[in-house]
Amino acid sequence: MIDTTTIWIVIAALGVGSYFFRFVFIGLIGDRALPAWVLRHLRYTAVAVLPGLVAPLVVWPPATEGQTDGPRLIAALVTIAVGLWTRNVLLTIAAGAVALYLGLYIAG
Amino acid sequence: MPTETTKSIFLTGAREASPFILVVGPFGLLFGVVATEAGLNVLETMTFSILVIAGAAQLTALQLMTENAPTIIVIISALAVNLRMAMYSASLAPYIGPAPLWQRALAAYFLVDQSYGLAAVKYETEPAWTVRQRMAYFFGTIAPVCPFWYLSTLAGALIGSSVPEWLALDFAMPITFIALIAPALRTRAHVAAALVSITVALGLAFLPYNLGLLVAGIAGMVTGAEVERQTMKRAAS
Repeated sequence: MIDTTTIWIVIAALGVGSYFFRFVFIGLIGDRALPAWVLRHLRYTAVAVLPGLVAPLVVWPPATEGQTDGPRLIAALVTIAVGLWTRNVLLTIAAGAVALYLGLYIAG
Repeated sequence: MPTETTKSIFLTGAREASPFILVVGPFGLLFGVVATEAGLNVLETMTFSILVIAGAAQLTALQLMTENAPTIIVIISALAVNLRMAMYSASLAPYIGPAPLWQRALAAYFLVDQSYGLAAVKYETEPAWTVRQRMAYFFGTIAPVCPFWYLSTLAGALIGSSVPEWLALDFAMPITFIALIAPALRTRAHVAAALVSITVALGLAFLPYNLGLLVAGIAGMVTGAEVERQTMKRAAS
Protein backbone atom coordinates (compact mmCIF):
# COMPACT_ATOMS: atom_id res chain seq x y z
CA MET A 1 0.00 0.00 0.00
CA ILE A 2 1.30 3.43 -0.91
CA ASP A 3 1.86 5.89 1.91
CA THR A 4 -0.66 8.80 1.92
CA THR A 5 2.00 11.48 2.39
CA THR A 6 3.94 10.12 -0.57
CA ILE A 7 0.82 10.22 -2.74
CA TRP A 8 0.17 13.89 -1.94
CA ILE A 9 3.82 14.88 -2.41
CA VAL A 10 3.83 13.17 -5.81
CA ILE A 11 0.51 14.75 -6.85
CA ALA A 12 1.68 18.23 -5.80
CA ALA A 13 5.08 17.91 -7.45
CA LEU A 14 3.63 16.56 -10.70
CA GLY A 15 0.90 19.21 -10.70
CA VAL A 16 3.35 22.07 -10.25
CA GLY A 17 6.00 20.59 -12.56
CA SER A 18 3.60 19.75 -15.37
CA TYR A 19 2.01 23.20 -15.21
CA PHE A 20 5.46 24.77 -15.33
CA PHE A 21 6.36 22.81 -18.49
CA ARG A 22 3.10 23.88 -20.14
CA PHE A 23 3.36 27.52 -19.11
CA VAL A 24 7.08 28.14 -19.52
CA PHE A 25 7.09 29.12 -23.21
CA ILE A 26 3.60 30.46 -23.94
CA GLY A 27 3.57 32.27 -20.60
CA LEU A 28 7.09 33.36 -19.72
CA ILE A 29 9.23 33.26 -22.83
CA GLY A 30 6.49 34.48 -25.19
CA ASP A 31 7.33 34.25 -28.88
CA ARG A 32 11.12 34.20 -28.61
CA ALA A 33 12.63 31.24 -30.48
CA LEU A 34 14.33 28.29 -28.75
CA PRO A 35 17.65 26.77 -29.78
CA ALA A 36 17.07 23.91 -32.24
CA TRP A 37 18.99 21.38 -30.15
CA VAL A 38 16.66 21.88 -27.17
CA LEU A 39 13.55 21.29 -29.27
CA ARG A 40 15.25 18.29 -30.87
CA HIS A 41 15.71 16.64 -27.47
CA LEU A 42 12.26 17.56 -26.19
CA ARG A 43 10.73 15.91 -29.27
CA TYR A 44 11.95 12.46 -28.15
CA THR A 45 11.16 12.52 -24.43
CA ALA A 46 7.90 10.53 -24.50
CA VAL A 47 9.21 7.96 -26.96
CA ALA A 48 12.41 7.62 -24.89
CA VAL A 49 10.82 7.22 -21.46
CA LEU A 50 7.66 5.15 -22.02
CA PRO A 51 9.31 2.15 -23.77
CA GLY A 52 11.84 1.95 -20.94
CA LEU A 53 9.02 1.95 -18.41
CA VAL A 54 7.02 -0.73 -20.21
CA ALA A 55 9.79 -3.13 -21.30
CA PRO A 56 10.55 -4.61 -17.84
CA LEU A 57 6.81 -4.95 -17.14
CA VAL A 58 6.45 -6.96 -20.36
CA VAL A 59 9.46 -9.22 -19.82
CA TRP A 60 9.12 -9.64 -16.04
CA PRO A 61 5.45 -8.95 -15.15
CA PRO A 62 4.81 -8.19 -11.45
CA ALA A 63 1.54 -10.17 -11.69
CA THR A 64 3.52 -13.40 -12.22
CA GLU A 65 6.17 -12.49 -9.62
CA GLY A 66 8.60 -11.52 -12.35
CA GLN A 67 8.39 -14.85 -14.21
CA THR A 68 8.27 -14.25 -18.00
CA ASP A 69 4.71 -15.02 -19.04
CA GLY A 70 3.83 -16.33 -22.52
CA PRO A 71 0.39 -14.72 -22.93
CA ARG A 72 1.60 -11.31 -21.73
CA LEU A 73 4.73 -11.36 -23.88
CA ILE A 74 2.79 -12.40 -26.98
CA ALA A 75 0.08 -9.79 -26.32
CA ALA A 76 2.77 -7.11 -26.12
CA LEU A 77 4.35 -8.22 -29.41
CA VAL A 78 0.94 -8.31 -31.11
CA THR A 79 0.25 -4.79 -29.82
CA ILE A 80 3.56 -3.50 -31.22
CA ALA A 81 2.92 -5.13 -34.61
CA VAL A 82 -0.66 -3.88 -34.93
CA GLY A 83 0.39 -0.40 -33.77
CA LEU A 84 3.14 -0.14 -36.37
CA TRP A 85 0.87 -1.53 -39.05
CA THR A 86 -2.39 0.36 -38.45
CA ARG A 87 -1.09 3.53 -36.71
CA ASN A 88 -4.48 3.56 -34.97
CA VAL A 89 -4.36 3.76 -31.17
CA LEU A 90 -7.84 2.41 -30.40
CA LEU A 91 -7.58 -0.48 -32.85
CA THR A 92 -4.18 -1.32 -31.39
CA ILE A 93 -5.45 -1.39 -27.80
CA ALA A 94 -8.31 -3.65 -28.89
CA ALA A 95 -5.91 -6.02 -30.68
CA GLY A 96 -3.65 -6.17 -27.63
CA ALA A 97 -6.58 -6.94 -25.34
CA VAL A 98 -7.88 -9.70 -27.63
CA ALA A 99 -4.38 -11.24 -27.84
CA LEU A 100 -3.99 -11.10 -24.06
CA TYR A 101 -7.35 -12.70 -23.23
CA LEU A 102 -6.98 -15.32 -25.95
CA GLY A 103 -3.52 -16.15 -24.64
CA LEU A 104 -4.61 -16.32 -21.00
CA TYR A 105 -7.62 -18.46 -21.99
CA ILE A 106 -5.50 -20.93 -23.99
CA ALA A 107 -2.85 -21.07 -21.26
CA GLY A 108 -5.68 -21.78 -18.79
CA MET B 1 -14.07 42.12 -40.35
CA PRO B 2 -13.28 38.43 -39.87
CA THR B 3 -15.64 36.16 -41.78
CA GLU B 4 -15.73 33.56 -38.98
CA THR B 5 -17.05 34.51 -35.55
CA THR B 6 -15.07 33.38 -32.51
CA LYS B 7 -18.13 31.37 -31.49
CA SER B 8 -18.20 29.39 -34.72
CA ILE B 9 -14.45 28.78 -34.41
CA PHE B 10 -14.90 27.56 -30.83
CA LEU B 11 -17.55 25.12 -32.07
CA THR B 12 -15.29 23.97 -34.91
CA GLY B 13 -12.60 23.19 -32.32
CA ALA B 14 -15.06 21.28 -30.18
CA ARG B 15 -16.31 19.29 -33.17
CA GLU B 16 -12.83 18.43 -34.38
CA ALA B 17 -11.76 17.32 -30.90
CA SER B 18 -14.80 15.16 -30.22
CA PRO B 19 -13.36 11.91 -31.70
CA PHE B 20 -10.69 12.08 -28.98
CA ILE B 21 -13.39 11.26 -26.44
CA LEU B 22 -12.89 7.67 -27.60
CA VAL B 23 -9.23 7.79 -26.55
CA VAL B 24 -9.54 9.93 -23.42
CA GLY B 25 -12.54 8.04 -22.00
CA PRO B 26 -10.95 4.58 -21.72
CA PHE B 27 -7.64 6.11 -20.60
CA GLY B 28 -9.30 8.03 -17.76
CA LEU B 29 -11.27 4.95 -16.82
CA LEU B 30 -8.05 2.93 -16.71
CA PHE B 31 -6.31 5.50 -14.53
CA GLY B 32 -9.26 5.62 -12.13
CA VAL B 33 -9.38 1.85 -11.77
CA VAL B 34 -5.60 1.36 -11.46
CA ALA B 35 -5.29 4.21 -8.94
CA THR B 36 -8.05 2.73 -6.79
CA GLU B 37 -6.46 -0.73 -6.98
CA ALA B 38 -3.18 0.85 -5.87
CA GLY B 39 -4.93 2.17 -2.76
CA LEU B 40 -5.73 5.79 -3.70
CA ASN B 41 -9.11 7.07 -2.54
CA VAL B 42 -11.52 9.00 -4.78
CA LEU B 43 -10.27 12.40 -3.58
CA GLU B 44 -6.62 11.53 -4.26
CA THR B 45 -7.44 10.00 -7.64
CA MET B 46 -9.52 12.99 -8.76
CA THR B 47 -7.01 15.56 -7.51
CA PHE B 48 -4.34 13.67 -9.45
CA SER B 49 -6.33 13.81 -12.70
CA ILE B 50 -7.44 17.42 -12.25
CA LEU B 51 -4.04 18.85 -11.28
CA VAL B 52 -1.87 16.87 -13.64
CA ILE B 53 -4.21 16.05 -16.62
CA ALA B 54 -1.66 13.78 -18.27
CA GLY B 55 -2.61 10.10 -18.23
CA ALA B 56 0.76 8.66 -19.21
CA ALA B 57 2.66 10.58 -16.51
CA GLN B 58 0.02 9.72 -13.91
CA LEU B 59 0.19 5.99 -14.71
CA THR B 60 3.99 6.14 -14.69
CA ALA B 61 3.92 7.65 -11.20
CA LEU B 62 1.40 5.07 -9.97
CA GLN B 63 3.41 2.17 -11.36
CA LEU B 64 6.62 3.36 -9.70
CA MET B 65 4.84 4.07 -6.40
CA THR B 66 3.44 0.53 -6.30
CA GLU B 67 7.03 -0.70 -6.89
CA ASN B 68 8.05 1.34 -3.82
CA ALA B 69 10.46 3.47 -5.80
CA PRO B 70 11.85 6.47 -3.87
CA THR B 71 9.57 9.51 -4.12
CA ILE B 72 12.15 11.61 -5.95
CA ILE B 73 12.56 8.91 -8.63
CA VAL B 74 8.77 8.72 -9.02
CA ILE B 75 8.60 12.49 -9.54
CA ILE B 76 11.55 12.74 -11.93
CA SER B 77 10.39 9.80 -14.07
CA ALA B 78 6.81 11.03 -14.36
CA LEU B 79 7.93 14.59 -15.07
CA ALA B 80 10.23 13.26 -17.77
CA VAL B 81 7.17 11.77 -19.46
CA ASN B 82 5.64 15.26 -19.37
CA LEU B 83 8.69 17.10 -20.72
CA ARG B 84 6.99 16.97 -24.11
CA MET B 85 4.54 19.57 -22.77
CA ALA B 86 7.41 22.08 -22.80
CA MET B 87 7.86 21.33 -26.48
CA TYR B 88 4.13 21.88 -27.07
CA SER B 89 4.37 25.16 -25.19
CA ALA B 90 7.34 26.28 -27.27
CA SER B 91 5.62 25.29 -30.48
CA LEU B 92 2.41 27.24 -29.77
CA ALA B 93 4.14 30.31 -28.30
CA PRO B 94 4.56 32.14 -31.63
CA TYR B 95 0.81 31.81 -32.31
CA ILE B 96 -0.78 32.61 -28.97
CA GLY B 97 2.12 34.43 -27.24
CA PRO B 98 0.46 37.87 -27.71
CA ALA B 99 -2.81 36.83 -25.97
CA PRO B 100 -3.62 38.30 -22.51
CA LEU B 101 -1.71 36.63 -19.68
CA TRP B 102 -4.81 35.15 -18.00
CA GLN B 103 -5.76 33.44 -21.26
CA ARG B 104 -2.27 32.05 -21.70
CA ALA B 105 -2.23 30.88 -18.07
CA LEU B 106 -5.53 29.09 -18.61
CA ALA B 107 -4.44 27.65 -21.97
CA ALA B 108 -1.26 26.33 -20.32
CA TYR B 109 -3.34 24.34 -17.86
CA PHE B 110 -5.31 22.81 -20.75
CA LEU B 111 -2.27 22.14 -22.94
CA VAL B 112 -2.66 18.38 -23.47
CA ASP B 113 -1.76 16.03 -26.33
CA GLN B 114 -5.12 16.48 -28.03
CA SER B 115 -5.43 20.27 -27.84
CA TYR B 116 -1.82 20.68 -28.92
CA GLY B 117 -2.06 18.27 -31.85
CA LEU B 118 -5.21 19.90 -33.22
CA ALA B 119 -4.11 23.51 -32.64
CA ALA B 120 -0.61 23.08 -34.07
CA VAL B 121 -2.01 21.75 -37.34
CA LYS B 122 -4.86 24.29 -37.50
CA TYR B 123 -2.70 27.37 -36.87
CA GLU B 124 -0.53 26.43 -39.79
CA THR B 125 -3.46 25.91 -42.16
CA GLU B 126 -5.23 29.13 -41.00
CA PRO B 127 -2.44 31.71 -40.96
CA ALA B 128 -4.92 34.61 -41.29
CA TRP B 129 -6.57 33.91 -37.92
CA THR B 130 -6.28 36.58 -35.24
CA VAL B 131 -4.93 35.70 -31.80
CA ARG B 132 -8.52 35.80 -30.48
CA GLN B 133 -9.64 33.31 -33.09
CA ARG B 134 -6.71 31.04 -32.27
CA MET B 135 -7.60 31.10 -28.58
CA ALA B 136 -11.25 30.36 -29.42
CA TYR B 137 -10.21 27.30 -31.40
CA PHE B 138 -7.86 26.13 -28.64
CA PHE B 139 -10.52 26.35 -25.93
CA GLY B 140 -12.98 24.71 -28.33
CA THR B 141 -10.75 21.62 -28.58
CA ILE B 142 -10.68 21.42 -24.78
CA ALA B 143 -14.45 21.54 -24.33
CA PRO B 144 -15.18 17.87 -25.10
CA VAL B 145 -11.80 16.44 -24.01
CA CYS B 146 -11.04 17.66 -20.49
CA PRO B 147 -14.49 17.31 -18.84
CA PHE B 148 -14.52 13.80 -20.25
CA TRP B 149 -11.11 13.12 -18.74
CA TYR B 150 -12.34 14.11 -15.25
CA LEU B 151 -15.60 12.17 -15.58
CA SER B 152 -14.00 8.99 -16.89
CA THR B 153 -11.42 9.10 -14.07
CA LEU B 154 -14.26 9.41 -11.59
CA ALA B 155 -16.12 6.51 -13.19
CA GLY B 156 -12.94 4.39 -13.02
CA ALA B 157 -12.35 5.32 -9.37
CA LEU B 158 -15.92 4.33 -8.49
CA ILE B 159 -15.79 0.99 -10.33
CA GLY B 160 -12.30 0.50 -8.92
CA SER B 161 -11.82 -2.59 -6.84
CA SER B 162 -14.89 -4.37 -8.25
CA VAL B 163 -13.00 -5.18 -11.47
CA PRO B 164 -12.67 -9.00 -11.63
CA GLU B 165 -9.19 -10.53 -11.58
CA TRP B 166 -9.55 -12.43 -14.87
CA LEU B 167 -9.53 -9.07 -16.65
CA ALA B 168 -5.75 -9.08 -15.95
CA LEU B 169 -5.82 -5.32 -15.48
CA ASP B 170 -2.15 -5.42 -14.51
CA PHE B 171 -1.42 -5.63 -18.21
CA ALA B 172 -3.84 -2.92 -19.40
CA MET B 173 -1.23 -0.26 -18.70
CA PRO B 174 1.62 -1.83 -20.72
CA ILE B 175 -0.75 -2.52 -23.64
CA THR B 176 -2.15 1.02 -23.58
CA PHE B 177 1.34 2.53 -23.54
CA ILE B 178 2.57 0.31 -26.36
CA ALA B 179 -0.54 1.28 -28.34
CA LEU B 180 0.27 4.95 -27.80
CA ILE B 181 3.95 4.64 -28.68
CA ALA B 182 3.99 2.24 -31.65
CA PRO B 183 1.88 4.45 -33.96
CA ALA B 184 4.09 7.41 -32.98
CA LEU B 185 7.25 5.68 -34.27
CA ARG B 186 7.14 7.67 -37.49
CA THR B 187 10.84 8.19 -38.17
CA ARG B 188 14.11 6.29 -37.76
CA ALA B 189 14.98 8.67 -34.94
CA HIS B 190 11.81 7.72 -33.03
CA VAL B 191 12.46 4.01 -33.56
CA ALA B 192 16.09 4.36 -32.47
CA ALA B 193 15.09 6.30 -29.33
CA ALA B 194 12.55 3.61 -28.37
CA LEU B 195 14.94 0.69 -29.04
CA VAL B 196 17.76 2.25 -27.01
CA SER B 197 15.33 3.00 -24.18
CA ILE B 198 14.10 -0.62 -24.11
CA THR B 199 17.61 -2.10 -24.27
CA VAL B 200 19.03 0.13 -21.54
CA ALA B 201 15.98 -0.32 -19.27
CA LEU B 202 16.22 -4.12 -19.52
CA GLY B 203 20.01 -4.14 -19.21
CA LEU B 204 20.03 -1.89 -16.15
CA ALA B 205 16.93 -3.38 -14.48
CA PHE B 206 19.18 -4.60 -11.63
CA LEU B 207 19.94 -1.01 -10.56
CA PRO B 208 18.19 0.12 -7.36
CA TYR B 209 15.62 2.95 -7.16
CA ASN B 210 14.48 2.43 -10.78
CA LEU B 211 17.57 4.35 -11.83
CA GLY B 212 17.68 2.17 -14.95
CA LEU B 213 14.59 3.96 -16.27
CA LEU B 214 16.20 7.38 -15.81
CA VAL B 215 19.34 6.32 -17.67
CA ALA B 216 17.17 4.67 -20.36
CA GLY B 217 15.13 7.85 -20.81
CA ILE B 218 18.17 10.08 -21.15
CA ALA B 219 19.92 7.61 -23.49
CA GLY B 220 16.79 7.34 -25.65
CA MET B 221 16.38 11.10 -25.85
CA VAL B 222 19.99 11.73 -26.83
CA THR B 223 19.78 8.90 -29.39
CA GLY B 224 16.62 10.31 -30.98
CA ALA B 225 18.07 13.81 -31.20
CA GLU B 226 21.38 12.55 -32.61
CA VAL B 227 19.79 10.30 -35.27
CA GLU B 228 17.58 13.21 -36.32
CA ARG B 229 20.58 15.52 -36.58
CA GLN B 230 22.50 13.04 -38.73
CA THR B 231 19.49 12.37 -40.94
CA MET B 232 19.07 16.12 -41.54
CA LYS B 233 22.77 16.50 -42.28
CA ARG B 234 22.66 13.67 -44.79
CA ALA B 235 19.55 15.13 -46.42
CA ALA B 236 21.24 18.53 -46.70
CA SER B 237 24.46 17.25 -48.27
